[in-house]
Amino acid sequence: MTTATDIAEAQLKMPALREPSVERRLFHRTLKPLFGTPVNAIVTLACLWIVWLGIKGAYGWLVTRAVTEGGAQACKVGHGACWPFYEAKLRFMIFGVYPYDEHWRVALAMILFLGAIGITMIPRFWNRNLLVLWGVTIVATATLIWGGVFDLSYVPTTQWSGLPLSFLLSAVGLAFGFPLGVVLALARSSKLPAIRVIAIVFIEVIRGVPLISILFMASVMLPLFMPSGITVDKLLRAQIAIIIFAAAYIAEAVRGGLQAIPRGQHEASSAMGLHYWQSMRLVVLPQALKIAIPPLVNISIGFFQDTTLVTIIGLLDFLSTVRTAMTDPNWVGIAVMEGYVFAAVVFLVFSYGMGAYSRFLERRMRLGYD
Amino acid sequence: MSFDASSGTSLLYNLRFRAILYQVLAVGGIVLVGLYLFSNVSQKLAEQNIATGFGYLSREAGFVISQSLIDYKPTNTYGRAILVGIVNTVWVSIWSVALATIIGLFVGIARLSRNPLLAFLAFLYVEALRNVPLLLYLFLWYALIVTSLPAVREAWEILPHVFLSNSGLTVPSMIWTSAHTIILLALILGGVLAVLVQRRATAERIRTGQVRMTWPLVALALLVPPILAALFAQPDLTLSIPEKGRFRLTGGSQLTPEFTALLVGLALSASAGIAEIVRSGILSVRKGQWEAARALGLRDGSTMRLIVLPQALRVIIPPLTSSYLSLFKNSSLAIAIGYPDLVMVSNTTMNQTGQAIEGIAIFMLVYLGLSIMISLFMNWYNSRVALKER
Repeated sequence: MTTATDIAEAQLKMPALREPSVERRLFHRTLKPLFGTPVNAIVTLACLWIVWLGIKGAYGWLVTRAVTEGGAQACKVGHGACWPFYEAKLRFMIFGVYPYDEHWRVALAMILFLGAIGITMIPRFWNRNLLVLWGVTIVATATLIWGGVFDLSYVPTTQWSGLPLSFLLSAVGLAFGFPLGVVLALARSSKLPAIRVIAIVFIEVIRGVPLISILFMASVMLPLFMPSGITVDKLLRAQIAIIIFAAAYIAEAVRGGLQAIPRGQHEASSAMGLHYWQSMRLVVLPQALKIAIPPLVNISIGFFQDTTLVTIIGLLDFLSTVRTAMTDPNWVGIAVMEGYVFAAVVFLVFSYGMGAYSRFLERRMRLGYD
Repeated sequence: MSFDASSGTSLLYNLRFRAILYQVLAVGGIVLVGLYLFSNVSQKLAEQNIATGFGYLSREAGFVISQSLIDYKPTNTYGRAILVGIVNTVWVSIWSVALATIIGLFVGIARLSRNPLLAFLAFLYVEALRNVPLLLYLFLWYALIVTSLPAVREAWEILPHVFLSNSGLTVPSMIWTSAHTIILLALILGGVLAVLVQRRATAERIRTGQVRMTWPLVALALLVPPILAALFAQPDLTLSIPEKGRFRLTGGSQLTPEFTALLVGLALSASAGIAEIVRSGILSVRKGQWEAARALGLRDGSTMRLIVLPQALRVIIPPLTSSYLSLFKNSSLAIAIGYPDLVMVSNTTMNQTGQAIEGIAIFMLVYLGLSIMISLFMNWYNSRVALKER
């Protein structure tokens, strides 16, 4: 019979396991996954080839073949990145047709706005002071962009354009879409049949049609729905469409959060004597919204990209100003890649940043902080 | 007296009365707003002298549509033109969905590869496509096709008789006759037969426990009907082969730059999303399932096909449905690069007739209807693969 002491003795007699040599470890960690089997080796070589082509192409375009001096004519001859185009058109691509001498105002407004977003993203600052911060930021950015007070000249909305307009459309869309979305989500999970049906029809119709059709509706049909004599600003019309669209998608994300809250929470708050609104505001929503944060951030990324569609109804968002710069009579047909690459990099930086933040939040939530 | 007063307030505090009151208020409010808007609209339309109703659908359209799968001439009606738009929308969506699913599946699996370099490349692919707006990519692909590719005269012959130029991709095509339709129907019949035979064989195997070779029978069921049909119908096998003339290509069929850009743009963007869905689906299957399958002696491929994918599908199908739906809706961006889809045709119609409300109503209804059909189909498929719980 084998006893515990037998096993212990047998273990003592076994030769001690040696630590694997450095070369062996190197092989197992790095080379084996890359060249372990013949198939793997071929895949690795193919990947290396693709990487090499990519680096060679990008380096050639950006550096060796790049045209750094001269004007449009030099770029027409060359085959690389056209730096003079950026020099000539960078400000137009970012700020669009906003009055040239007032660009500092929008730039400052954007810095304030991005700074406020940066602070909001840090969990340590999640408290009531954020509301104050945002109140100040909104008033300051609106004053800067709109003007008309403190010696700042008035700039009509028809001149708002470029990257600031893209930020504005998505930020205002989400800011107004969020409360509307929460109300819709509550309505959709309501016990009252008529309210529930209204919410379901609204959400599903909006989610079942493309954003373009809602933008068309806002730009073509909304003026018909207004009483005679009242005209609605073109920018405001697009903004309303984006708010409505955002609300339907936010409502579904919030509903996902609401469904994750166990019945017991509703019942316990009823037992405490809270009525519907109290129990929603104090017990259910704080928990549901926290669950819904990662999908909400993903929706925000999508909306930042979807604001580009306003170019189809004729607003000058960032993508439009870039395209306008590319079709400038001096540059037409010369800077096609330059323009799109610039726009793509800007979108990539902001979207990837927000995506990384969303993954950070999810990890944090899994670990169960706060 | 005091009793009456308290009963007056108690009605307001009666939960059932309140529920009814809220609903009546909500419905009433919506009806009132609707009536108000309707009266505004009818007043405006009367002022601006715009006709109403769908009568214009049977009038002559009079505009050219650059590409169409069904017969269309400018002398056809607006209704026919809108039908062409619907067919074009569905056509580009179907091909994009197929392409996006295949690419997405491979990229999703590549992201989980044990080869770090391959996994990294797949990661770059996904992030580059997900973080840049689809519209930008559509403009970019279209510009690349139109400006970077050679003119028709110097078209590249990338494969024998396949030409790539700035007016699109030209490929050899068959001249479609009724004989081909018969063979296609026979092929579908063969597919149905093959599925039935396979099911029978599986049921037999489960009943008896004996493994028999079934694939020859299945192949026979699949191939015999079309071969018989081909023998009887005697199809005309001449191909229309594109040839490079002095100035233009003759023969063959052409994928226009608009269609190609839209197809590539939609498929690549959606494939990035699908890759992420596939990846999270495979990751959701526990490691123990792989280990148990290996312990039973299954090879890696069989494990994937028999154990992991069926379980991963449960996780994959619902988000895959929404990504198909969003691809379908995104096909409306066609208007930005000039592919004559439903939105673009409706837009032209609205500009010519001035009847914006009817035009928008038609295309919203069509999108809504097709979206609902797609989600019903995917829900049905989902209920088939979902976990059967007792």
